[in-house]
Amino acid sequence: MQEFLQYLFSGVTNGAIYAVIALGFTMLYKSTGLINFAQGEFVMLGALSMITLWSGFELSLPLAFLLTIAGVSVVGIILERLAIRSVRKPHPIVLIIITIGASILLRGVAMLGWGKDAHSSPAFSRNEPFEVAGATLLPQSLWILGIVLVIVTALHFFTRGTLTGKAMQACAINKRAAWLLGIPSETMVLLAFAMSAGMGAVGGILIAPISMSSYDMGMTLGLKGFCAAMLGGLGSSWGAVLGGLLLGILEALGVGFFSSSLKDGIAFLLLLLILYVRPAGILGARAVHRF
Amino acid sequence: MSVKGRSVLVCVLALAVGMLLSVSPNLGRAGEVYRIGGVFAVTGPSSFLGDPEKKSLELAIDEINSRGGIDGRRLEAVIYDTEGDPTKTVLAANKLISKDGVLAIIGPSLTPTTLAIIPLAEKEKIPLISCAAGIKITEPVKPWVFKTAQNDMLAVATIYEHIQKKGIKKIGILTVDNAFGESGKEQLLAQASKYGIEVVQAEGFGAKDTDMTAQLTKIRSAQPEAIVCWGTNPGPAVVAKNVKQMNLKVPLYQSHGVASPKFIELAGDAAEGILLPTGKILVAEQLPETDPRKSVLKGYIEQFEKRFQMPVSGFGGYAYDAMYLLAEAMRGSNGDREKIRDALEKIKGHPGVTGTFNFSPEDHNGLGADAFVMVEIQGGKWKMLTP
Repeated sequence: MQEFLQYLFSGVTNGAIYAVIALGFTMLYKSTGLINFAQGEFVMLGALSMITLWSGFELSLPLAFLLTIAGVSVVGIILERLAIRSVRKPHPIVLIIITIGASILLRGVAMLGWGKDAHSSPAFSRNEPFEVAGATLLPQSLWILGIVLVIVTALHFFTRGTLTGKAMQACAINKRAAWLLGIPSETMVLLAFAMSAGMGAVGGILIAPISMSSYDMGMTLGLKGFCAAMLGGLGSSWGAVLGGLLLGILEALGVGFFSSSLKDGIAFLLLLLILYVRPAGILGARAVHRF
Repeated sequence: MSVKGRSVLVCVLALAVGMLLSVSPNLGRAGEVYRIGGVFAVTGPSSFLGDPEKKSLELAIDEINSRGGIDGRRLEAVIYDTEGDPTKTVLAANKLISKDGVLAIIGPSLTPTTLAIIPLAEKEKIPLISCAAGIKITEPVKPWVFKTAQNDMLAVATIYEHIQKKGIKKIGILTVDNAFGESGKEQLLAQASKYGIEVVQAEGFGAKDTDMTAQLTKIRSAQPEAIVCWGTNPGPAVVAKNVKQMNLKVPLYQSHGVASPKFIELAGDAAEGILLPTGKILVAEQLPETDPRKSVLKGYIEQFEKRFQMPVSGFGGYAYDAMYLLAEAMRGSNGDREKIRDALEKIKGHPGVTGTFNFSPEDHNGLGADAFVMVEIQGGKWKMLTP
C-alpha cells in the first residue's frame, strides 16, 4: 500500500507536468488546427528563464513567474509572425515541419545562451516532504497540481464564456468564414500562439524546482506532452489533463510493477494503442482530421 | 544554361579552386609540424566530456610548443566535433587520416564512438589514444589502441572496498540507461560477490528523466543498506534530491561520472554526505606533499583555470594525459607511427592527471589503484577520505 501510494504521488507529479504541456498543444490545435512541435522548447525556455530570473537576478517569485510567461509568449508571437504567417501555401504538413525547424533553432539558441550544462532552481516553498501513510509527497507537487487545475478551469471559461474564446474556435473551424464575419482571424492565431507558448512556459516553471533543466530537455517533454494530448483527445482541455495524469501514473506504476527500462516504452505504446482503438482520444468529441 | 545557373557554376568553381589553394601549402609543410588529430563530443549531450577534453588538448599542445615542440618541430592540433555520434566520428577519423594526414588520434570521448573507429585505426595503423572509460576498448588489447580514462572496473572496485569496510552486505543499484550505465551495472553485478555484497534490487532510469522516486520506492522496499547510483549529470542529481525527499536514511554512493563541481551545484543540499570515487584532481589540494602527482595536478588546474576561466573537471585530464603520453612517445620517432606505437607501449611510471601510467604489451590502459580516491561531499566541498 505504501509503495502504491508512493508510485501514485510520483505519477501525479509527473502527470501534472505532462498535462500542462498537453494543454499547450491542445490550445493551439483548438484554435488553429496546428500541432506545434516546438512546444517542448517553450517548456525548456520557461524553465531556464525562470532559473535565470529567480535564482540569477533574484527577482521575487511572482515577478519572475510573470516575466517568464510574458517572455516566452513573445517568443511564440515572433515564431508566428516570422515563420508561420509568412508561408505562402500554409498546408498543415508544411507548418508542422516549420515548427520542427523552429524547435531545433530554439534549442541551438538556448545552448548558446545558457550553455550545455544543466541548471536547477530551489523549490517555491519549504522543501520538507509531507508524510502520508508512509509515502512522501513534496509541497512542489501540490503547487504543480494546484496550478494545473487553475489553468484548465480558466481555459474552460475562456473558450466557453468569452467572445474572444469563441472567436478563436470559429477561426479554427473555418478561418475564411470567420474573417468574413468580422473576426480578426490573424490576431486570433497570434493570440493562440502566445497563449500556448505561455502555457509551455508554465510547464517549464513548474518543472524547474523538481528536476534539472538544460537546453535539450524540451524534446522528450514535448513528445510526452503530445502523447498526453493525443491520449486525452486533441482539442479537449479536460482531455489533456486526464491524458497527462493517466500517462504519468501509468509510467510510475509501470516502473514499480514491471521494469524501469520500460518507462518511456509505456508512453509510446499507449499512444499507439489509442491511435488504433480510439483515434479521437478518450475525451475527443470529433474524429481528428488526419493529414 | 540560364544566367543564374552559370553564376552558380562560377561560384562553385571558384570555391573549389580556393579550397585547393588553401590545402596545398599545408601539405607542403607537413614535414615541419607534427599534426595531432582530436575527435571529441564537443557539443551534444556528452559535451561535459568533450568540451574540457578539447580545451585540455589545446592547452597541452600550447605548453609543449612553448617549450620548443618535439625534436624542434611544432605540434598542431586538428580537432573535429563528433557530437557523440559514432557515424560522425568515423567520418571525422577518416578525414583526419586521409586529408589532414595526422600522426595519431586523441579521443573520442565516448565508448561507442571509440569502438566505431577502432577498426579504422587498426587498418590504417595509426595510434589511437581514447578518452573513454569502457573496458572493451583495451580488453582484449588491440595493437594500435590505448586509453587514458579509468576503467569502470576500477571505480566499482574502489566503491566496493569502501562498502565492504563499512560492513554493508545488501545494496540497491540505480543505473542510467545508456552505455555508461550499462557498463557500470555490468561491473557492479559482476564484482559484488567478490566483496561479499548482494545486489538486492537493480533499477534503471532514462538519461533525461525528471523524477526517480518510483525506482527509489522499489529499491526501498527491498531494504538495502546502501544505494549505488551510476550515471552522468543531470540524472544522478535528481536521484540525490529524490533520496533526500523520500527520507531514505542509507548512504548514497555515486559514480565518478558526476565528479565535477556541477553536480554539487545541481544537487544543492541533497549532495551532502554523498560518497563517490574520483580522480585525484578534485582533491589535489588535500593530497600529501609526498604524492608525486601533486605538482602535475596543480600545474594543470592552474593553467586550465587561468586560460579558460572555468573550474576544472576530472574529464579534461584524459586528453591532457593522452597528449603528454604521445609527446613522450614521439620524441626521436621522426614521425614514424610504428615507432610511436612501440614507444607508447614501453612508457612506465608516467605521472599524469588521471593516474600513474604503466603501459605494457598486455595493458594499454596502464592505470593502477592510485587512479581513484573515495571522497565525501561535505559542506559543498570534496573531502578526501583516507584509504
